[in-house]
Amino acid sequence: MASSTIASSSTPFIKQNELGRSSFSSTYLPIQRCSRKASRKVVSVMAPTQSQRPPSTTGSVKTGMTMTEKILARASERSQLVPGENVWVNIDVLMTHDVCGPGTIGIFKKEFGENAKVWDREKIVIIPDHYIFTSDERANRNVDILRDFCMEQNIKYFYDIKDLSDFRANPDYKGVCHIALAQEGHCRPGEVLLGTDSHTCNAGAFGQFATGIGNTDAGFVMGAGKLLLKVPPTLRFVMDGEMPNYLLAKDLILQIIGEISVAGATYRSMEFVGSTVESLSMEERMTLCNMVVEAGGKNGVVPADSTTYKYLEGKTSVEFEPLYSDDKARFLSEYRFDVSKLEPVVAKPHSPDNRALARECKDVKIDRVYIGSCTGGKTEDFLAAAKLFHASGREVKVPTFLVPATQKVWMDIYSIPVPEFGGKTCSQIFEEAGCDTPASPNCGACLGGPRDTYARMNEPKVCVSTTNRNFPGRMGHKEGQIYLASPYTAAASALTGFVTDPRDFLQ
Amino acid sequence: MAMAATSITVSNPNISSHKHPKSLSSNNFRSNLRIPTTYLTKFPFKNLSSSSPSSLTPLCATTTPSSSTSKETIPNKTFHGLCYVLGNNIDTDQIIPAEYLTLVPSKPDEYRKLGSFALIGLPATYKTRFMEPGEDKSKYSIVIGGENFGCGSSREHAPVALGAAGVKAVVAESYARIFFRNSVATGEVYPLESEVRLCDECSTGDVVTIELAESLLINHTTGKEYKLKPIGDAGPVIDAGGIFAYARKTGMIPSAVPS
Repeated sequence: MASSTIASSSTPFIKQNELGRSSFSSTYLPIQRCSRKASRKVVSVMAPTQSQRPPSTTGSVKTGMTMTEKILARASERSQLVPGENVWVNIDVLMTHDVCGPGTIGIFKKEFGENAKVWDREKIVIIPDHYIFTSDERANRNVDILRDFCMEQNIKYFYDIKDLSDFRANPDYKGVCHIALAQEGHCRPGEVLLGTDSHTCNAGAFGQFATGIGNTDAGFVMGAGKLLLKVPPTLRFVMDGEMPNYLLAKDLILQIIGEISVAGATYRSMEFVGSTVESLSMEERMTLCNMVVEAGGKNGVVPADSTTYKYLEGKTSVEFEPLYSDDKARFLSEYRFDVSKLEPVVAKPHSPDNRALARECKDVKIDRVYIGSCTGGKTEDFLAAAKLFHASGREVKVPTFLVPATQKVWMDIYSIPVPEFGGKTCSQIFEEAGCDTPASPNCGACLGGPRDTYARMNEPKVCVSTTNRNFPGRMGHKEGQIYLASPYTAAASALTGFVTDPRDFLQ
Repeated sequence: MAMAATSITVSNPNISSHKHPKSLSSNNFRSNLRIPTTYLTKFPFKNLSSSSPSSLTPLCATTTPSSSTSKETIPNKTFHGLCYVLGNNIDTDQIIPAEYLTLVPSKPDEYRKLGSFALIGLPATYKTRFMEPGEDKSKYSIVIGGENFGCGSSREHAPVALGAAGVKAVVAESYARIFFRNSVATGEVYPLESEVRLCDECSTGDVVTIELAESLLINHTTGKEYKLKPIGDAGPVIDAGGIFAYARKTGMIPSAVPS
């Protein structure tokens, strides 16, 4: 009985789109009165998920499974799974942070007992990253709660910070959890990672099943090491073609979200394949997977390949075995993109699917630019911004805030001389361009946070941001306007004070 | 009205009472409410809507067990009160903005505080605010939304804030996955799905009743009623108070917390 707990009757609404082959284009019929006839009519529109799936293959022929189905099958000790099944999945890694960790710990203690031990001290990763450089006492207390718990439970991976005056005095401190997970080798192909943060899906870049959960579920995992999960059907995104030099993975995912809407992948997995995806670096693959939740997706995956293995070299000693979609795997629908024909895009306020071409927004005057977060605060994101600044040789016209995701990113910005910048580091380029000094690594203003958070939008400003969400109030002020964009577009916009297509500087 | 008078047992607490305990809507007030489901557009309560909502006495009652419905799977619950109506894509930042996430839901006093900030992130275009300043309970016990309710951040603080504010049920066209799951896992609110776009049919302040066992929403203000999608197996989990309580109740895990 419990095993079907998660099988809600939800059939998410999908906007009509140009590329999808799905038959979901019907909209809900507004029914003025409760007529049974009308209700039945809606029900027939509302239940396409099952009918879309072809009948199961029977007999000795094994039904093909997608990568996500195979990962969940192995982790639930099944030989076969189909979408919609609810299974108890063994968890390889549970991640939590300072915003949801204390609540998770509270539930763990309440339900498993004050003296209970976590299921595996080496499989829980605790990363303070959200509200760190603040004088907010409750925020500071929450990091203390994490520390006390990690001491008590002897948690192996706790990336602590004690000296808030200088993050560099804290060698253990990493920064934004999703990037830290990758850099510290916790993202491994074929495994299952759960985290108390919706952007946990970032780790799908490694061919890992990774998704966000709430405190209560995380409290359960902490004690039991497993969780009841519903197997999602998979949407497949095939991206082929050479990536133009003015595009970044952020443009691709904003393109996709604009295509399928903010609910287009609800309860679904998104698998990214094709020659373009194969050509992407790990950090760019992370950008792609990071934002699947902005389309409602449960997880996103990129098949592991030599790029993945190279990134993982020296990062983990844990053995892993990648899994790949079978040739006969069933996909709910397939979307194809010729990347060479795409243009730089932004998501206009106040929804990540409110897509527009960057050049269509050239008259939008902006007040600031923010480069940071798990989505857009990685080393390559800063390299991209620096490349554009360097190519232009100009200075920014609006305040430009730089928040590296992790301590390693910060170090890269300051220490890696870039040959194409004449041997200068990113930090030198940023200084010459008149940007704010790169700040201490943390989630920061991406989600507002405490009032004293660096670069938080305390006034109703217009911001171009490399972050992931532009809901009302997201960066602090309810009347603020956020344009989500790639690091190229963000940097180009900083130079002009308007939303700007990076081709103005890169070609 | 005569029918209403004979078939409804009215319980006491006022809608806007912020001392209203969570359990009032459940077993403590298991009385004799039965609302026939055969009405289509007219409902005998319609005249109630002409009176001031604040003077209305809510019905905190449940239907009597009916032999025709499965008591095992569908909790026989009725929620009655004022509704607060929202649009599409209400994300968890609007439900509880990030600056309040320092509050830890598992701490009782901070749980209450989270309730006082519920839906404070809604833009100023929502003229009628969900919470009165200084209150920690809302007078609206039912939230009605459009598509993709609860999208965005996985913060469990979102269903918790709504539950702490006194919301019993959210009725939306569809949900973001994590919000739905968190609502069930915590047992804080019933995430119900409507068959039609109720946020266009109802207005903030309308008096509504939800009959869970019948999967029905009745808007007394407009006199219309609407079919909801059955909550299914998630119902008993929420009814028990979340996954842990449910697992204990059904013997999946030991009933006592080890000391």
